[in-house]
Amino acid sequence: MKEIRLHGRGGQGVVKASQILVKAAVAGKKHGQFIPFFGVERKGSPVFGYLRISNEPIRRKMQVYEPDSLVIMDDTLISLPTTYVGLKDGGSIIINSVKKIEDLHIPANAGKVTIVDATGISEEFLGRNIPNTAMLGAFARASGLVDKDEVMEEIEKTFGEVNRRAAEKAYEQAVSLKL
Amino acid sequence: MGKIKVLTGNYSASEAAALCRPDLVAAYPITPQSSVVEYLSTMVHNGKIDANLVQVESEHSAMSVVQGAAAGGGRVFTATSAQGLALMYEPYFRMSTLRLPMVMALATREMTSPETVWSGQQDAMSVRDAGWIQVYCDDNQEIVDMVIQGYKIAENPKVLLPVNVCYDGFYSSHLTEGVDLPLQEEVDAFLPPVSFNHAVLDPDNPFALDPLTPGPLMMKYRKSHLDAMERALDVIEEVDKEFGDAFGRYYGGAISEYKTEDADVVIVTIAGMTGTGMDAVDIAREQGIKAGLIKLRFTRPFPANRIAKALKDKKAFAVIDRSVCFGWSQGPMHMEVKAALCDVDNQFCHFSAIGGLGGADISIDMILSTIRRLDKQKNEPGEKETQWYMVD
Repeated sequence: MKEIRLHGRGGQGVVKASQILVKAAVAGKKHGQFIPFFGVERKGSPVFGYLRISNEPIRRKMQVYEPDSLVIMDDTLISLPTTYVGLKDGGSIIINSVKKIEDLHIPANAGKVTIVDATGISEEFLGRNIPNTAMLGAFARASGLVDKDEVMEEIEKTFGEVNRRAAEKAYEQAVSLKL
Repeated sequence: MGKIKVLTGNYSASEAAALCRPDLVAAYPITPQSSVVEYLSTMVHNGKIDANLVQVESEHSAMSVVQGAAAGGGRVFTATSAQGLALMYEPYFRMSTLRLPMVMALATREMTSPETVWSGQQDAMSVRDAGWIQVYCDDNQEIVDMVIQGYKIAENPKVLLPVNVCYDGFYSSHLTEGVDLPLQEEVDAFLPPVSFNHAVLDPDNPFALDPLTPGPLMMKYRKSHLDAMERALDVIEEVDKEFGDAFGRYYGGAISEYKTEDADVVIVTIAGMTGTGMDAVDIAREQGIKAGLIKLRFTRPFPANRIAKALKDKKAFAVIDRSVCFGWSQGPMHMEVKAALCDVDNQFCHFSAIGGLGGADISIDMILSTIRRLDKQKNEPGEKETQWYMVD
């Protein structure tokens, strides 16, 4: 079982993106589970969610304390102590940013970092900063946990063709660095 | 074989309710239940289900409207949480004491104050003596299956009581996972159209429903209600078997057990902490502790005999509650499990564990700490201090 924690801001689509990943996992005959963590809901406030993908049924319904991967939809969140906390040794980080890796304060035990300009891509395709579908493209490429075609299909079904193209572009552009 | 769909816990409740062909749905939105009725409204609007949808101005009205429809012989559904349930209390009590069957989803939530909208079971626990049947679900599949089974139990002529299908707010209501959604024809074959007729309001055959009732007659009504609860224990087991035979999923009836056969120490869980508890039991066993788990599924009627039997030869148990029992310094289900056992303090080491209030997490580590403490204290019978899953 792989445990993933997603960080974003209200309005960026953390919940919808995670639900698409569960659908893609289930379509691929795996098991998927997503639990959102809501604070006091308002646009722009930090939100996070817990995603699990597994070959076995997932029984636990609890928060993720030691994620195998982090998906960070907004790089201003890295200043919060709750963002990088608990990452497993050798774990991976997928982050929406135009910054250089040196400026991202990546924790020393991280094994892989994938950087993608999901905001830029979403602004190009959608005309506004809703980076979730672009992040899904990057996730499909970097994680290897879900089938790319399943993810793209679910994106198109849920959000339409333009979002699929945004995700495809992010899939192409995502740069992974092994640390 | 149904159709695999990826759903939240709330949508699981809505889909299942729709499959039961309700005549009428009335509800008022409240976090974390809101999407149950939003989705049902969408289904009514799209013509996917042929039900009357009544948008009401409060939960008190929601329960009053479904009560009227049930008294008219209809199959009805609603859903609520916490403060909504509190506002509903007056017609809620009357629903069960009129012996009107229905199913209500309860996405359980902590009661204020301090102000909160998050998970906890204080709402459901606070109405456990209001005459309803209560069942608690662990995963989304169980939510689907228990809404369907709920009508079958509620409408059984030996029972005729309303059923609360409870599941954790957010940790289940907003949890997304794959479920095997039964097909309409399968549910139709399992659940015949509603047929209860003990209290049907019919303008052509007028009769007074619920007139002022003198004490001696009231005594008979109450005893009859309690007798129906007793009979429900058998009906729950029968319906579990019938459902399992039809759909391939058996839940064990009023309780289910996990690795209890050779266990020394047992945790008793309820609702969504159960899956987490099973993972904790597996870890404890890898570490050499003979741990097991009893999942309380139905709390009303309370399966006292089955609990007593399941714990009979064990050394120690802890009951984990997601709510508190004011005045007893422990959780309500610990109180009730103790009440099911004779000579509990001489036979067992036992204690109450309380966690997960107001949205707080119940983690594997927390449950493991309970199992380790049970293992350490298992040879010292008696009630030990309540364990609180505090962080920091």
